[in-house]
Amino acid sequence: MLKEGELRIPSGCAISGIIDKKGNRFSGGEIIKSIALMHERSNGLGGGFAAYGIYPQYKELYAFHIFYDSLSVKTQVEDFLTKHFEIESAGNIPTKSVPNIKDQPLIWRYFVSPRIYMSKEEIIDEDEFTSRCVIKINKEYIGAYVFSSGKNMGTFKGVGYPEDIGEFFMLDRYEAYMWTAHGRFPTNTPGWWGGSHPFTMLNWSVVHNGEISSYDANRRFVEMFGYRCTLQTDTEVITYLFDLLVRKHKMPMDKAIKVVASPFWDNIERENKKTQNELKSIRAVYANALINGPFSIILGCQKGMVALNDRIKLRSMVAAEKGDRTYVASEESAIKIICDNPDRIWSPKGGEAIIALLECENK
Amino acid sequence: MNLKFDSPLFEVIRDEKKCIKCKTCVLECSNKVHSYDEKKDIFKADDMKCVNCHRCVALCPTKALIIKKYPLEFRENAVWTESAIKEIFKQSQSGGVLLSSMGNPNPSPIYWDKMLLNASQVTNPSIDPLREPIETKVMIGRKPEKLEFASNGKLITKMPPQVTLNVPVMFAAMSYGAISPNAHEALARAAEELGICYNTGEGGLNKDFYKYRKNTVVQVASGRFGVHKEYLNAGVAIEIKIGQGAKPGIGGHLPGRKVCEDVSTTRMIPVGSDAISPALHHDIYSIEDLRQLIYSLKEVTHYEKPVFVKIAAVHNAAAISSGALRAGADAIVVDGFRGGTGAAPTRVRDNVGIPIELALASIDQRLREEGIRNQGSLLISGSIRNSADIVKAIALGADAVCIGTAALIALGCHMCRTCVTGKCNWGIATQDLELVKRLEPDVMYKRLVNLVSAWNHEIQEMLGGMGMNAVDSLRGNRLMLRGIDLNQKELEILGIKYAGE
Amino acid sequence: MKTINALDVHYRKLNDSIDSAIKVDKSITLNNVFGQRYIGRGLPKGVKIKIHGIPGNDMSAYMGGAKIEVLGNAQDAIGNTMNSGRIIIHGRCGDTLGYAMRGGEIYVEGNVGYRVGIHMKEYKDMKPLIVIGGKAGDFLGEYMAGGSIILLGLNLAEGEEIVGRFCATGIHGGKIYINGNPDKYKFGKEVEKVSLTDEDTAFLKKHIALYAKFFKKDLSHLKLEYFSKYMTVNKNPYSNMYCSN
Repeated sequence: MLKEGELRIPSGCAISGIIDKKGNRFSGGEIIKSIALMHERSNGLGGGFAAYGIYPQYKELYAFHIFYDSLSVKTQVEDFLTKHFEIESAGNIPTKSVPNIKDQPLIWRYFVSPRIYMSKEEIIDEDEFTSRCVIKINKEYIGAYVFSSGKNMGTFKGVGYPEDIGEFFMLDRYEAYMWTAHGRFPTNTPGWWGGSHPFTMLNWSVVHNGEISSYDANRRFVEMFGYRCTLQTDTEVITYLFDLLVRKHKMPMDKAIKVVASPFWDNIERENKKTQNELKSIRAVYANALINGPFSIILGCQKGMVALNDRIKLRSMVAAEKGDRTYVASEESAIKIICDNPDRIWSPKGGEAIIALLECENK
Repeated sequence: MNLKFDSPLFEVIRDEKKCIKCKTCVLECSNKVHSYDEKKDIFKADDMKCVNCHRCVALCPTKALIIKKYPLEFRENAVWTESAIKEIFKQSQSGGVLLSSMGNPNPSPIYWDKMLLNASQVTNPSIDPLREPIETKVMIGRKPEKLEFASNGKLITKMPPQVTLNVPVMFAAMSYGAISPNAHEALARAAEELGICYNTGEGGLNKDFYKYRKNTVVQVASGRFGVHKEYLNAGVAIEIKIGQGAKPGIGGHLPGRKVCEDVSTTRMIPVGSDAISPALHHDIYSIEDLRQLIYSLKEVTHYEKPVFVKIAAVHNAAAISSGALRAGADAIVVDGFRGGTGAAPTRVRDNVGIPIELALASIDQRLREEGIRNQGSLLISGSIRNSADIVKAIALGADAVCIGTAALIALGCHMCRTCVTGKCNWGIATQDLELVKRLEPDVMYKRLVNLVSAWNHEIQEMLGGMGMNAVDSLRGNRLMLRGIDLNQKELEILGIKYAGE
Repeated sequence: MKTINALDVHYRKLNDSIDSAIKVDKSITLNNVFGQRYIGRGLPKGVKIKIHGIPGNDMSAYMGGAKIEVLGNAQDAIGNTMNSGRIIIHGRCGDTLGYAMRGGEIYVEGNVGYRVGIHMKEYKDMKPLIVIGGKAGDFLGEYMAGGSIILLGLNLAEGEEIVGRFCATGIHGGKIYINGNPDKYKFGKEVEKVSLTDEDTAFLKKHIALYAKFFKKDLSHLKLEYFSKYMTVNKNPYSNMYCSN
């Protein structure tokens, strides 16, 4: 059977996210409880989490989480890593035995800093250098897959129900200021751990529910800017879209939201001239970056969390606030199970983003 | 003795029982096929003159007329076919270059028919086009690589001018001269009502038409007929015509007999004088010269209008398109080898250029590889027959399409392919005032509106089926296409998978 | 009255226990409900369920006469293809409430999400009704073929709009009553605004009174003359769209 990247696998899902805007860290137990409640929305073929703020002792270093199919590919990749990065620390990611989790690959973690002078190109920043190295490993080292590469954050994922994956990685022992989670319902899958979600690139992480119909238009758009969609998944292309818009094109997040879930033309016509000009420009320049079809996504980055629905709201999403925390989930019960009495709970409109950012510097 | 070998193409058959002798057929036929002998009280038909335009058939109140293929047969021969023989007859008799009207009629592969579309089932929902919004509006023009915003969120980037089309369709360039003023008026009015554009063609523009400026693309071709500052500012965009799919590398020739008073005024040439468009622009011998022309047009219109460059789909169309885009063209219009024409040398029409589907796929891919596809628009034309062709064209990578032949058929053209004679019985490809007035713009423009509106509904149905509520998400979305009856190379060029993959 | 603790109980088991419980006592209370699906599916007349917590998607699907009261919010697709009965929700509610509902009544105290009441239809004496206390999202009453929706718009915050876009697009039967006069662009082109008849006024009075009773509110300030009524222009809105080929 072909794995992700060799063909496109449609899938439906459950998502959940929590952020403490003051940056206070809390255990992964809550997010596991939330995503576990939506068990019906996954089918045991993929689950995962992204956690921000978990490695404060290494906050200046890139944390690579890597799946290896064999020791020999591990040796090769480590050889590559040694050439391109200073490795401060390396080791197994601790896991515990869980009955439903089988066939796990070797799972390793490295804290590294790039040897940027290794780059042949002159103008290149650390992020760009690191992202190119990650893309290179994933493309060229068969049997190795870097599934997390940000700073002070990490992704934990695998084949199984998300609550089992959470237990497997013992996420209740980690503390983060922001957690996102994903339970996957792929229509067919080879059971490849790398194909589970969240998808991450540097500090970006995306969890997503729905199958987008604009995939190939979006893919061919981002590929014009040097990206390569090797996994052929919606989350991958959505991550690259945001990386392009926000990191490379330096677009404010609220404008990037207008790109991927743009207002309808007739709504634009009712705006004032200035707004009209802005929105028309966005639709003209980024027409191919509109994400179409049903989706609800939670985008994580070090600054915080952005949750968004498609513009006609074909996937459900509920948001809540209590104190310093913002919650987002596919179903309201998944919030209520961990937040008994929210100050506010509501269903965001289609195309209307929930932007919950840290109010302080990343701790 | 001057022997003539030619035989009729068609046979006119009259059902005497049905005929009420109203003589409509006699009055209507500009080719003088029908005649009435008063003394004998009989109708005669000169089959030699019949072009099978269906005018008499359509207007006959009792449907007493039938036109059939003339039953005379040559001895069967797969090499020396009837048309091969007849063409030699014509040329040996006249010594002339064969001239044809309308697009290439030969059975070459139509790739539109070899591509099939996708639809949503379960994993994502289709969208109901009757009740949910499905957007087909597109913006044609140059786009900056990215938008820049100030720290207060204000947009800094100034957008280059765009042409907005409510439907991803434009009426293709057809000059006043080649087609009648009434046909032009119908196109202009329909474009206005539909929120799209028509194209003046290279024949200049009558001032009466300036009122349609918001829906007009003015063309500049090698003859520069009627090109002046006011004309250039009389539309929302300017199209430089380098080539035409039906006759790449060939100029145009409007015979003096078609240059009536009115045509003379708009083209700014004397009445009765031939209007010759050179095969090339004599100020463009290279790509940097194209840049010079593009910018002279931008200068004289104060950078307020996008400049399109129209080329024929030839072997290296991809490189040419890239060059044109880099030279400052805001949109590339590519016309395929099945594209229509008022008149083109038959051999050129049928043998020069490549199918638009392959040209489009390779141009879009090349521009993407160079990272510049998003910087300009890509329009295509050349026998777009229906809304499915449009949907497939957009999925391959086009922003919009231009329709010429389809628009003329909506106006009454019956594809008799004798535009060169100037005797169009339907009032389309003629300047004969008696014939021109048969086409009533007030009535006929509505047929164009109907056609494009119906196609728009169909595009929305197909988009909705694919789970998209904006045509933006279809552009270049080749995963929505699958091939049938195509070889590996064709699939590779089209950038699509085979059905079942 | 039987009480069932639903905490950590899978929906299949929970619905089975409800089935067993109503054989003994038709009135039951569920506590600690967290997202269990299909509660009340197909349940007949006479059954009364009180739910504490948040019931999951497809609550009351195919319901055949039961009465369900939710003391809290509800999720998506409540009352899906419901035939008869009554749902009272003391809170807000998600998307696709009352999809293809054929009969019965749904009262929601607060706001509702997108696509509420879509393809509601009526048949003979079965006339479905949805009464919404707050606001509604886009596509309210899309494809509506029968029945009534009453949208009260109570307690809207500054700038909040009572109804989203594409309201009643494709409507070809039924009535929508809205407390106010939203902009025309929000409605489908098939919709016509008509004036209230005496029958309408009596209908509104009756159901607003019931709403007030269920949620213990004083609605005496509501002025019926501010209500707008929307219905279809014709029963076959698309007859001119096609030509035979």
